[in-house]
Amino acid sequence: MKIVVCIKQVPDTKGGVKFNPDGTLDRGAMLTIMNPDDKAGLEAALRLKDQYGAEVTVLTMGLPKAEEVLREAMAMGADNGILVTDRVLGGADTWATSTTIAGALRNIDYDLIITGRQAIDGDTAQVGPQISEHLDIPVISYAQDIKVDGDSVIVQRQYEDRYHEVKAKMPCLVTALSELNEPRYMTPGGIFDAYDKEITVWGRADLKDVDDSNLGLKGSPTKIAKASDKVRKGAGEKVTLDPDEAVKYLIGKLEEKHVI
Amino acid sequence: MDFSLSKKHEMARNLFKEFAETEVKPFAQETDETEHFPTEIVKKMQKYGFMGIPVEKEYGGQGCDPLTYTMCVEELSKVCGTTGVIVSAHTSLCADPIQTFGTPEQKEKFLVPLAKGEKLGAFGLTEPGAGTDAQGVQTKAVLDGDEWVLNGSKCFITNGKEADIYIIIAYTDIVENKRGKKQKKFSAFIVEKGTPGFTFGTKEKKMGIRGSATYELIFQDCRIPAANLLGQRGKGFPIAMHTLDGGRIGIAAQALGLAEGALERTIEYTKERKQFGRSIAQQQNTQFQLADMATKVEAAKLLVYQAAMKKEQYMKDHRTSYSVEAAMAKLMAAEVAMEVTTKAVQLFGGYGYIREYDVERMMRDAKITEIYEGTSEVQRMVISANLLK
Repeated sequence: MKIVVCIKQVPDTKGGVKFNPDGTLDRGAMLTIMNPDDKAGLEAALRLKDQYGAEVTVLTMGLPKAEEVLREAMAMGADNGILVTDRVLGGADTWATSTTIAGALRNIDYDLIITGRQAIDGDTAQVGPQISEHLDIPVISYAQDIKVDGDSVIVQRQYEDRYHEVKAKMPCLVTALSELNEPRYMTPGGIFDAYDKEITVWGRADLKDVDDSNLGLKGSPTKIAKASDKVRKGAGEKVTLDPDEAVKYLIGKLEEKHVI
Repeated sequence: MDFSLSKKHEMARNLFKEFAETEVKPFAQETDETEHFPTEIVKKMQKYGFMGIPVEKEYGGQGCDPLTYTMCVEELSKVCGTTGVIVSAHTSLCADPIQTFGTPEQKEKFLVPLAKGEKLGAFGLTEPGAGTDAQGVQTKAVLDGDEWVLNGSKCFITNGKEADIYIIIAYTDIVENKRGKKQKKFSAFIVEKGTPGFTFGTKEKKMGIRGSATYELIFQDCRIPAANLLGQRGKGFPIAMHTLDGGRIGIAAQALGLAEGALERTIEYTKERKQFGRSIAQQQNTQFQLADMATKVEAAKLLVYQAAMKKEQYMKDHRTSYSVEAAMAKLMAAEVAMEVTTKAVQLFGGYGYIREYDVERMMRDAKITEIYEGTSEVQRMVISANLLK
């Protein structure tokens, strides 16, 4: 079985966020991590590899420094890494990103593509399903459990207060939730091996069946009006009271604020 | 000359740091308080290959270098000195001598499970009447047919009782030196837990590293196969000295980690603690103390990493001596650890004396680094002997 996991290097929100003048993120200037949903997707792929045997390829689109996140994935157990990087691809929104990644995926064989549900920097949850549309394969989103059954996958799809069990024939795409599992740590030997391996680097010229008008900032229909860092709220007030007193206290506070 | 870490070493450090913060730190205080050997943490370290970092892949190890192993002990010790020494004693004092002096059969049988972390290792040289002076060793091994028969005892053995495989130094011959003086010739042996005649004495109650198991080992007509002789008969002393040279890098890393951990906590605390209307970090005394602590930590770190790099060179050419570098690293790091943790407690004031605060434990843990695997005085002997030879 061949599994491709699409991962993204995202800002480590503990380190603060910086923006370019055009409102896009200044990715070169920030501390980064592997997007948590993607990491869970990678862990799911590695578990399928442990259980059934599989070749796991990780693919990312980003700046040349996004190579780090591929090495991390390989140190956890992924077999190969592909970095899609090119200046003309910069500033892409979800449409241009999914077009690019689909263009890269058309070059390789896969049975299963796993992406994270959404990235913590954009929070759109659009790229995974969009890739499946570009490639014309089924998608199951919000996976909280993934099993392989012959040539199909059976996925528990999280849905508010319940989950749906959905079966799809491979090749297909699954988007993973960070609750899916507890990702493993890298191993020291895995890190050394990851740095001994070659990473495949693709640019615009390597993308298959894509039109320039759908790539990069120019090919992005999304226009950002304004972007800002999260405004820090003041520390809340913590009180420990009996339930009866607590109700009185809350009513008092709500009256004070003229809510009731 | 480049002092920065390579990208793979940076990534390895991040791994050890994340593991230590997530898996070890939450249990450090409890481990100290209850004196329980942290079996669950050791199991997790086994899963992720931490028990065989510098061992060749061929023998089940991770195939990394001594610097990576050093950083692992350092990061673990930043949050828990006990966990740091468990890895150090296992790797440097048991896996390393088998990797360096073992036969292919011994490596297959003993090094593979050690490197995979399936078995835990320990080393026994010290005896009640022999620490720094190895000639005082009373444990004796006599060859009887195809077995060695061991009699004697060892004390203060780290990972004692918890370990499965022990490197034991015993004398096998007494020869006359050139001046007609009788001298013991030592040999090194691999002894497995469960061998008849091999038992454990009392567990030591220690000042620090309280979760690490420190036991007396007792050998009464303990028979082991002749094939368990490590290296050549009569060459046990150089094997023990070589092993301790490596062990000192591990202990230096533990001491470095303790100093760094105490410094980190002190920086955080002094920024929060308010006296006379401002944080104590705004007082010049605190600033100068922190500056001195950080400078000494950095100096220790450079010596420790240099020793690790020298050890790597030895592993490649089997010629380079790293004995002096290891002694300097351990001497410096241990004394810095004691000084920095003591200053940390002082800057914490009354809270620093309370067991709920990590720096109190770190100060107790730091003391042993000036004592075991060669006291600071022994390190000075090693360094000066090299200067005056």
